[in-house]
Amino acid sequence: MMSTEMEEAKRLFKQECEELLQAMEEGLLSLECDPKDGDSINSVFRAAHTIKGTAGVFGFDEIVAFTHVVETLLERVRDGVLNVSDDLLVTLLKSGDYLGELVHHTLTEDATPGETLIAQGQLLIDNLNALMGVESSLPDEKMIPVEAPLESAVIVEGGHLVETDNWHISVRFGRDVLRNGMDPLAFFHYLATLGEIVALATLHDDLPEAAEMDPESCYLGFEVDLHSASDREAIERVFEFVRDDCQLHIIPPRSNISNYISLINSLPEDEMRLGEILVRGKALTERELEQVLAQQVQKSDVADPIGRMLVDEAVVDQQVVHAAVDKQVQTRRKKIPEIHSIRVDSSKLDELINLVGELVIAGARSYLLAQRTNNDELLETIAGTSRLVEEIRDNALNLRMVPIGDTFRRFQRVVYDVSKELGKDIQLNIDGAETELDKTVIEKISDPLTHLIRNSMDHGIESAEEREAAGKPAKGTVSLNAYHDSGTIVIEISDDGGGLNRDKILAKALERGMLAANHNLSDREIYRLIFEAGFSTADEVTNLSGRGVGMDVVNRNIAALRGSIDVESTPGQGSTMLIRLPLTLAIIDGFLVGVDDTSYVVPLDLIMECVELTGDENSAIVDHDFINLRGEVLPFIRLREKFSHNGQGRQESLVVVEYAGQRAGLVVDELLGEFQTVIKPLGKIFQSLRGVSGATILGSGDVAVILDVPNLIKQTVVTAGGTLH
Amino acid sequence: MVEISARRRKGVCRMEIVGDMTIYEALEIKKKLLSSFDKAQEMEVNLSGVSEIDSAGIQLLMLMKMESQRQGKKLRLTAHSEATLKVLDTLSLSAFFGDPVLISADDSPLH
Repeated sequence: MMSTEMEEAKRLFKQECEELLQAMEEGLLSLECDPKDGDSINSVFRAAHTIKGTAGVFGFDEIVAFTHVVETLLERVRDGVLNVSDDLLVTLLKSGDYLGELVHHTLTEDATPGETLIAQGQLLIDNLNALMGVESSLPDEKMIPVEAPLESAVIVEGGHLVETDNWHISVRFGRDVLRNGMDPLAFFHYLATLGEIVALATLHDDLPEAAEMDPESCYLGFEVDLHSASDREAIERVFEFVRDDCQLHIIPPRSNISNYISLINSLPEDEMRLGEILVRGKALTERELEQVLAQQVQKSDVADPIGRMLVDEAVVDQQVVHAAVDKQVQTRRKKIPEIHSIRVDSSKLDELINLVGELVIAGARSYLLAQRTNNDELLETIAGTSRLVEEIRDNALNLRMVPIGDTFRRFQRVVYDVSKELGKDIQLNIDGAETELDKTVIEKISDPLTHLIRNSMDHGIESAEEREAAGKPAKGTVSLNAYHDSGTIVIEISDDGGGLNRDKILAKALERGMLAANHNLSDREIYRLIFEAGFSTADEVTNLSGRGVGMDVVNRNIAALRGSIDVESTPGQGSTMLIRLPLTLAIIDGFLVGVDDTSYVVPLDLIMECVELTGDENSAIVDHDFINLRGEVLPFIRLREKFSHNGQGRQESLVVVEYAGQRAGLVVDELLGEFQTVIKPLGKIFQSLRGVSGATILGSGDVAVILDVPNLIKQTVVTAGGTLH
Repeated sequence: MVEISARRRKGVCRMEIVGDMTIYEALEIKKKLLSSFDKAQEMEVNLSGVSEIDSAGIQLLMLMKMESQRQGKKLRLTAHSEATLKVLDTLSLSAFFGDPVLISADDSPLH
């Protein structure tokens, strides 16, 4: 029966696995640069181990079996027995990918994996085994039989070592184990992966009479004999999730007989019965049992604190568990010194932002109405409320801000794979990982970034020979950087390759009739041509790029985010793509301007200054489209004309705006003041309307249009005399 | 989900459990097993329809076994399903119940 709790637990497990696999991949990639880095090795090992553990509790045997092989190999790496080689890394990376598929299959299909998946897994297991030097039937000289270490902590006087080669594990799970969502059976299945369960006895002494018996409690105890080459820690780890609530005793092979004495002492069942079980499970021989029972007589006399210390494993300080998955998450959080965080459904966050938006609008309306009254007290209160609303708005938006570092780090794998594909040696540098972006923006920027990086690697960075001939290091570098700049966020993708070939681009553009022969484009504008549809100067169409479909899609995606992209390039040295994006898509600090009765919103961040145009300034208009502003010649647009208002109007004010280093002016009738507002998207009909990026509802209930300033600035440049269409 | 049917004839109660015997059904199963057992001298439980059984399920069967011994009645488990066999095997409970159990040639225990 699939309950909702089970579904939830599985979903959490899937999320966990995704994060763990990501961590594993990152660790493996850092090992490429530094194969001896203990931290990376540990983090890769931990990831595999944790996945195996949780899968074991769920009973996902295939995942456990596969991860077990990976973990075994990683253990050897960790112990210094196996070196990190290129082959090893490639196989482990593939194993990580495979695990991802396996987890996905098991959890979404809820079925056992199909033949192809199993075959894939088997191939990887064979590779992993080969790396470990494990042959199925041939004796390997390098293999040293691992013996379970004798309990060196045993300092008990007298007694002798028992004969048995097996571990003896005694476990009383505790009443609530079943209620907590766990099952002893799962633990034993998992234990069996460490070796062979030679004997297992189930004790029911604690099972009460029918009337008192609670069917959801666990009254059973177990005595297990395990033949295994694992160490104590590995066996303990099997019971990690119940450590706190159960009574667990682990006695290693060939340990001191006093351990068994102490064990029998501490267990509630009758000693004869326990003795019988121990003999039957071959933990003790008959003779050894006689000795133990003889000593039992003296049990009140013998203090034996050392024995108890030995056998009674110290219960690690961990939180009490209610579900295996919860515990998994909590324990992991304790090991990683991170800031406390919680998971929130992103749809809930979107709902919150929406409501905050409505709140902002409602607040503006209240403020407007309050202004009309003469009630100072009311006005003050409303102003206070508005301030709080602003704070809530900022906080809510902040919730959506996510550091771009995670996205950047994922590109390490892309660079790794692509450099192998291209046969070039390329490394990725990351800067500004802590720069925060709205999460929707991050999701949508990922694809364009991938394309740009691939492009840099494919066309930007030259082959090793070319680079050496040019006196550059053979290893190419692609760099990612992110930072805030006046209300926008800038993402840079640079490479130290050959830069853009200006002449080639120009030639192609002329060839395609994209330019007139007498153009006077700057270098920068020429570079921008690469974003035109179908444009590509690549001589070769590689698998990755060169078809000319990439860059214009990138451009469009970025434009859809109300961003822009620019190119800087130095021939022979490299190029940089600069992507500019608005900090948030949802709410905007704006400045209201008016033409006739219509209000327009200008993003506040982009406003440099506002100038009142008196008669004099009006005559300072140099020609139709330029104005002299304190000696600077500024192109401008009359909003009245732009948006087809009739008549002359007052045209009293000039709003000077700047974006990406370019300035322009907007001539309006009135300046109406600062205004925070929620952006509502315009309907489909308005998609092609240039110069407008959204709309909002004013406190008065009127609709105001939000100006797409970067677009308007571009238009002023165009009308001012370029020949681009 | 589980369905438990009981037929009584001449003091022998024949029960059949079809479905899951897990912690989710444990309370229901306990009630039904015990109430039927009360009215009979001998009980036979057919487990061929048991698709899933966990520790809670097997614990209940153990409880019934012990009740039968306490009350001096007979309890037989028959036609163990594969799921039941696996659990009996893992926990070494065949001897405890004492019922003849059919194990096919390629049933392997834990490993």
